[in-house]
Amino acid sequence: MSLGQLLLEIGAVILVLAFVGRAAGRLGITPIPLYLLAGIALGAVVRLGDEPGEFIHIGAEIGAVLLLFTLGLEYTSRELRDNLAANRQVGLLDLALNFTPGLVAGLLLGFPPLAAVLLGGVTYLSSSGIASKVLNDLGRLGNRETPIILAVCVLEDVAMAVYLPVVAALLIGGTLAAVGVNLVVALAAFGLAFFLALRYGHVLSRVLNVQSSEALLLSVFGLVLVVAGAADLLKVSAAIGAFLVGIALSGEVADRTRPLIEPLRDLFAAVFFVFFGLQLDLGTVPGVLLPAVLLAVLTSLTKFVTGWWGAARAGVQTRGRFRAGATLIPRGEFSILIAGLGLSLAPTLGPLAAVYVLLTAILGPILARFDGQVAPLLDRRLREARAG
Amino acid sequence: MVKLEETHLPGVGVRHDFDGRFGKRVGVITHRDGRREIFVARRDDPDACAQSIVLSDEEAEAVADLLGGSTITRHMNTLTQDIEGLAMDWVPLAAGTPYAGQPLGDTKMRTRTGTSIVAIMRDGQAIAAPGPEFPLKVGDTVVVVGTPGGVVRAARLLGGEG
Repeated sequence: MSLGQLLLEIGAVILVLAFVGRAAGRLGITPIPLYLLAGIALGAVVRLGDEPGEFIHIGAEIGAVLLLFTLGLEYTSRELRDNLAANRQVGLLDLALNFTPGLVAGLLLGFPPLAAVLLGGVTYLSSSGIASKVLNDLGRLGNRETPIILAVCVLEDVAMAVYLPVVAALLIGGTLAAVGVNLVVALAAFGLAFFLALRYGHVLSRVLNVQSSEALLLSVFGLVLVVAGAADLLKVSAAIGAFLVGIALSGEVADRTRPLIEPLRDLFAAVFFVFFGLQLDLGTVPGVLLPAVLLAVLTSLTKFVTGWWGAARAGVQTRGRFRAGATLIPRGEFSILIAGLGLSLAPTLGPLAAVYVLLTAILGPILARFDGQVAPLLDRRLREARAG
Repeated sequence: MVKLEETHLPGVGVRHDFDGRFGKRVGVITHRDGRREIFVARRDDPDACAQSIVLSDEEAEAVADLLGGSTITRHMNTLTQDIEGLAMDWVPLAAGTPYAGQPLGDTKMRTRTGTSIVAIMRDGQAIAAPGPEFPLKVGDTVVVVGTPGGVVRAARLLGGEG
């Protein structure tokens, strides 16, 4: 394949993404589900050559790694600790209410057990990206329910940091003993790295903090890829390695890295969603439509209850409770990432997760806007219910 | 006194807010990149923000100044020089003052700063020439007269830093 053709095809894909992203901005919705759709549409219409396909595949892997890295960068170790201490109940309720439906649905659909566990992860994780975008766009950062929303996102991200290495170990498979050994190794490696990141992160931050932005970008990006690669070789999952680097970096170096790495992340994350869409076979979508819709409705309700309850505990009124519930509904990048792990296990997991993420990512932000209209209705209903 | 509540917003920054006297919750979010966001809650939905204003670092400083962030310099500037070399100032008694509930004489104002307390403003009323046994209260405004330097010292003394 000639260079010209390669550049043409990659450029065309990225331009399609740009177009889609602009449309999303116009409509005031998050671009993530639209990138997915664009990938599905592209997959149905064109056959990319092998080399551009390869590039998009690698780009997608880097995108997943960078998504997790920036997530780790967002949180300081103190925030993680404080949240674990203060919001345990909400976190546990969240896990029970939102992991279970996916798990049960997976078993009902006849998935292998591990694929069902993955589907549980898909329905469990709210999209912190979409949630923080909604909060920002609607000027709700100062709201009373906002700390609860963010706390739930933080706890889920921590839970995922434990969940991914476990799933990665299980994915290797083999005999029960081998799986057990893999699991112990993975968790030990993760635990050690997590401890080191929290304990000695500041040392790493000091070493990396060079004057020139260019050198900083290269050092951080290189380190993230190296750790992610090492983690993958240790079967802990590349994304988690990146997440730990993000946790370890703190203070000034984190503040300087964030704006440098964000454009890279946005580019590769978009490629990641497209890649996922490209892999989907349009023919499989009708078959998963019904379960996806049912699952979306059910888990929107369970997320809503989680947010509602958490906000109620914080002494927030009905409207704020409604906002907290609705903001937590969208699932996004990490649900796709988890589903991507199990494409070989259950062929319908991919399309199911894609349709499911689309539905929740569009429904949640729309609902979150209408707190003023819907909450009074709910209020009245609740009062009637209490009055019997 | 205002009861400030501090809340950490993971991935965003820190929020400080308080329930204002006029029925609205008011607060400031300090973003990690140094931006400040001032917000006021809605009256019909105290959990939500009605309005928020995002300020850059310098703008935030300017607004803080306008709101009286640098009291001492303001005192220096607002001294009304009625008579040459004589200044008069109104010093509010904030909650941090060591003289809440103390009789006025305990401040030893004249000995320490060379200024005299000529009146106390309380609940919109002026109490002229209060005696040394007059009990001070948080929320009072103390009217002092003296040299410009003495007046600044008096403000510090009543604020508990003198």
